[in-house]
Amino acid sequence: MPVVFERTRGLTEKEFHFCPGCTHGVIHRLVAEVLEEMNELGNTVGVAPVGCSVLSYQYFNCDMHEAAHGRAPAMATGIKRVLPDRMVFAYQGDGDLASIGTAEIIHAAGRGEKITVIFVNNAIYGMTGGQMAPTTLAGQRTTTSPLGRDPRQVGFPLRVSEMLATIDGAAFIERTSVHDPAHIRKTKKAIRNAFECQKANQGFSMVEILSTCPTNWGMSPLESLDWVKETMMPYYPLGNFRRPEAVTVSGASGGGHA
Amino acid sequence: MNQTMNKVLMKGNEAIAQAAIHGGCRYFFGYPITPQNEIPEYMAREMPKVGGVFLQAESEVAAINMVYGAAGAGARVMTSSSSPGIALKQEGISYIVGSEVPCVIVNISRGGPGLGGIQPAQSDYYQSTRGGGNGDYNFIVFAPANIQEAADLTAEAFEIADYYRNPVMVLGDGMIGQMMEPVVFRDTPKRELQPKDWATTGTGGVRAPNIINSLHLQPADLEKHNEHLQAKFRLMRENEARSESYQTADAEFVFVAYGTSARIVRNVVDELRERGVKAGLIRPITLWPFPVVAFKELPDTVRGVMSVEMSCGQMVDDVRLALNGRFPVGFHGRSGGMVPSQQEIIEACLDMLKEVE
Repeated sequence: MPVVFERTRGLTEKEFHFCPGCTHGVIHRLVAEVLEEMNELGNTVGVAPVGCSVLSYQYFNCDMHEAAHGRAPAMATGIKRVLPDRMVFAYQGDGDLASIGTAEIIHAAGRGEKITVIFVNNAIYGMTGGQMAPTTLAGQRTTTSPLGRDPRQVGFPLRVSEMLATIDGAAFIERTSVHDPAHIRKTKKAIRNAFECQKANQGFSMVEILSTCPTNWGMSPLESLDWVKETMMPYYPLGNFRRPEAVTVSGASGGGHA
Repeated sequence: MNQTMNKVLMKGNEAIAQAAIHGGCRYFFGYPITPQNEIPEYMAREMPKVGGVFLQAESEVAAINMVYGAAGAGARVMTSSSSPGIALKQEGISYIVGSEVPCVIVNISRGGPGLGGIQPAQSDYYQSTRGGGNGDYNFIVFAPANIQEAADLTAEAFEIADYYRNPVMVLGDGMIGQMMEPVVFRDTPKRELQPKDWATTGTGGVRAPNIINSLHLQPADLEKHNEHLQAKFRLMRENEARSESYQTADAEFVFVAYGTSARIVRNVVDELRERGVKAGLIRPITLWPFPVVAFKELPDTVRGVMSVEMSCGQMVDDVRLALNGRFPVGFHGRSGGMVPSQQEIIEACLDMLKEVE
């Protein structure tokens, strides 16, 4: 019988620890499939963050580093400077990248580091139990914004892709979502394009992926997917914010602001 | 003759940078801070000439994490900074020890606390010898007292870091960094090094993934990992302590001083001996491991021991521990960038000798 579906070689056989309905697993799989399809698994070094995906060094089937909180882009810089012909990626959440690691991500982009960053934005600190993140939406209740985020008191949620798109060292910046199969396919294309940018030495590349956290949002997995679409996407519009003139993969993955 | 065998007059910071390149360092990540700026500046000029990489990071925090990444990828890599900048690097240093990757960290220290000042000080002794970051750990700390020694120890530091898969720190006070002396870049003592088969260079599809990591969520695993690290630290304690003993064989009074302080105290010892006081000096070359053997070897003629530091009294704790009550221990220190004079040290010695009579 022909094989129609199988485990990607880009993932180990280690069972994910992610909560039911969390989309980290989907995103891990997409990254792994892209690296496998590009035949780069043996040529890749990944950097895991601190946060829900802290254990991703156990899941990706390639050489991995575990970074300190927020420092993944700096660590990836060190690796890439030593191994300029390897694929180097960092996988980061919103607390890691957009709060404690803002300096590292901005300057990695500014230097045009030839690394790829997978930025998973689920608008909350998951692993520590649902605290307010830099990307938590106005009015969103978390354990540290129990009455809902009040921007007049604690500031506004950051739109990281838009911010990084102003930086000339950034070659490829795109925001996608994984709330339905069509968007999952678009996300995979964006990840592929980001890695192709790196392979072509075109500069810094990042894909921001809107993701779910049913556990800490207090929703069912299905409600969470709807919340991404109805509540997150209006504030965090999908689309490509920056790409090199010569896109190396057939067809643009984004197509401007959705 | 090899060009590097020529004697050259160099500033301490530049000699340290050249010695690092001489010791095989090909990657440098740093951030400007006085009084160590000649190190990154020298690296920016010279690293590209040997096919290496100099990168100015956005912060000391980023720099040490770049070091962490480069070290994990198998490179000989260094960062340098000065006291407040070294404080910022402590997070990364703790991870680097926990992950067992080798690197060299240079601290050209200045007065503190806080922003402190930019003049030479030795008030980072605790920070350097007690780990400095979170967790149970140590690393070898070299404290050169002249430019030749700074060069020799810096080059050797890379060999030792690789040997133990643990960072090595070169701690020079601002005086060591800023003054000029003749220096020769000599052959570095070699160690038997294992191939870096743990480095993350890509599996090439021929081996299982390598993982650089300091996370151990199971308490039993973390304890086992800590025991493994402690076994390495024990080996360092047994094999790596270094010191110089000067005029201690018949001494009635022994000073303990390192770096710039030791240079001053050496003159003090000579002057006291001319005045008929049998003074001596133990100069720790490694601050960690502390050279306790040199203290055990002190003769029973000793009546007092005094730690002389450009701090408010930090190494004196280790002197007391090393002596364990055998002799009275005194302290003389200046801080904030003030350097103790020979005269005041002599007076402190004579005062203490009166007290212990």
